[in-house]
Amino acid sequence: MAEFQNIFTRVKVHGPAYPGVPLTPGEVWPRQMTPVFVSLLGRIGDAQVGPIRLGWTGIASLISGFIAIEIIGLNMMASVNWSPIQFVRQLPWLALEPPPPGIGLALFPPLAEGGWWLLAGFFLTAAILLWWLRLYLMARSLRMGTHVAWAFAAAIWLYLVLGFIRPILMGSWGEAPPFGIFPHLDWTASFSLRYGNLFYDPFHMLSIVFLYGSAVLFAMHGATVLAISRFGGEREVEQALDRGTAFERGALFWRWTMGFNATAESIHRWAWWFAVLCPLCGGIGILLSGTVVDNWYLWGVKHGIAPAYPPLWPPVADPATLPGAPQ
Amino acid sequence: MKMSTSFAIAAVTVVLIGLALTLTSPPVDVVQNGYRGTGLALVYNPRDVKTELASSKVPEALPRAPDSGPAAGKVYQNVQVLGDVSVGNFARLMVSITTWVAPQQGCSYCHVAGNFAADTLYTKIVARRMLKMVKFINAHWTTHVGAVGVTCFTCHRGQNIPAYTWFTPDPPHARGIMESDTGEARPAPVAGLSALPFDPINTFLVNNAEIRVQSETALPAGDRASTKQTEWTYALMMHFSQSLGVNCVFCHNSRAFEQWQQSTPQRATAWYGIRMVRALNTQYLGPLVSVLPVDQRGPLGDGPKVVCATCHQGVYKPLFGNPLAQQFPELWHDAATPAAEMPAGATKP
Repeated sequence: MAEFQNIFTRVKVHGPAYPGVPLTPGEVWPRQMTPVFVSLLGRIGDAQVGPIRLGWTGIASLISGFIAIEIIGLNMMASVNWSPIQFVRQLPWLALEPPPPGIGLALFPPLAEGGWWLLAGFFLTAAILLWWLRLYLMARSLRMGTHVAWAFAAAIWLYLVLGFIRPILMGSWGEAPPFGIFPHLDWTASFSLRYGNLFYDPFHMLSIVFLYGSAVLFAMHGATVLAISRFGGEREVEQALDRGTAFERGALFWRWTMGFNATAESIHRWAWWFAVLCPLCGGIGILLSGTVVDNWYLWGVKHGIAPAYPPLWPPVADPATLPGAPQ
Repeated sequence: MKMSTSFAIAAVTVVLIGLALTLTSPPVDVVQNGYRGTGLALVYNPRDVKTELASSKVPEALPRAPDSGPAAGKVYQNVQVLGDVSVGNFARLMVSITTWVAPQQGCSYCHVAGNFAADTLYTKIVARRMLKMVKFINAHWTTHVGAVGVTCFTCHRGQNIPAYTWFTPDPPHARGIMESDTGEARPAPVAGLSALPFDPINTFLVNNAEIRVQSETALPAGDRASTKQTEWTYALMMHFSQSLGVNCVFCHNSRAFEQWQQSTPQRATAWYGIRMVRALNTQYLGPLVSVLPVDQRGPLGDGPKVVCATCHQGVYKPLFGNPLAQQFPELWHDAATPAAEMPAGATKP
């Protein structure tokens, strides 16, 4: 008897290729690609790959995304003087940087002075928004709710705050992060340093709560479903209602463990909200930095959340404030 | 063996190799440097410290000669810096400098055989300038070097050219319509191989760009320092950290970097060090570039610059604070340094 394993499952559904429900009449973009079966993919999901339904939003999104990646990649390559070897070696360090702060919010700065960054940002944003639209329309055409699109919108909010909304409020594109692997991480660390330690930003705190909370909830939910899969818990929808089922065992496990249990339906609301609130709160925390609060540590002192500790040495004076100090 | 098992083993191996190449292997020594529970801890790798101790061996100082003899300036010709030193101690210092800087080449590295007074060799011009610089440091920058002081050996360590100096880097970069060189987003050895700006030295330790970027008020009050600017400061701080072999909390309370009240006394020492290095680069090293041969200049034709690592060489106090300089009082008196070469506000000992 086949059974589910912890990580890789040996159970693979392998039927004839199924294209899915019929298309709406008059649909312009049909489903593309002849379905193929990949045995390895069957171990972690459905072995059938395709057909895919790109639609005009998908095509436009991919084209925009391609343009953005090309602009970023070619500028990175220019920064190593078009050397393919150095491009590969240094790729994690390379970046397309936003305009220098002196450019302000100019819409058409010289290409070499951040113009490429604005172009790449425009096309990347177009690609992301078109992909959002694709998710939304896809859900509607399947008569589903639009939860996935709105969850993605939460991530888009954080993206737009970082690269668009906050720079506009600050009056400079130079406030936005660069496109680059290490450079955007260096930017993140510098952002926290500039605004006096983001750990004292309550929205950053909340964002971390929801980030780590999402991981915990995901682990609890995934583990519970896997643990009751021996009773067919992952398959039987009606179990959510019936008594004595695998689902009820899962619920009882948590009730007996901590008194409270989510239901088979509400656990997914928990997961959705935790995931969505992570970038939502993070975006608010970023948006307030520099616009409303300039030093989160001092803000924390002001509001009693940053304790003082006994000094270990005599007070150190800022030498710049001493008389006769060199400049 | 099943395929999934081999895959898992391969994945674990890759991760372990990655970890082994990334992390410092334990054990490390941790020194508390702040109030308990605040995590202000200095981390030292005992293997590195052992290497640093081994490379910090200082040559034995020669016994002092009597100060009573005739002054070197009276006996020899063209003694511009050490003219008032007694002949015996002048010779002692010259021999010591040979040990410190040119042990292989000997006197002829700077002097023309048969005519020691001649200023023919560029090395002699440089050496004279460096002597003035050492005296300038010992006399006017006790705020940074304290009573320990410096000698030629502090930087040279028996080599003609100190191991750590700085030239303006010129990484190849396409010109024209593509993004111009932003001074960052390349592997930056000076900043811990991060993608931070790769030349914070010219910005902060030759020129005096503003280092302070963190706001001093909770709410916005006109501080226009940008995140980009912070990246430059960050790169400079990484250079400090690497040069001294310490982490941030050697000087700062990392929860509030700008707060002086929560900083350690070392931060003030570093503050004077920044000003000292600027003075050395602009007043002593900068003007020397014209006498240096082309192969001793940087890719852009600039002369070498002093950085923190030039003296510190990975150690929080150069040579672990060895007081070699105290046995050479000739390197302390500063009568020969014209007042014009002193920066405004440089402190007297």
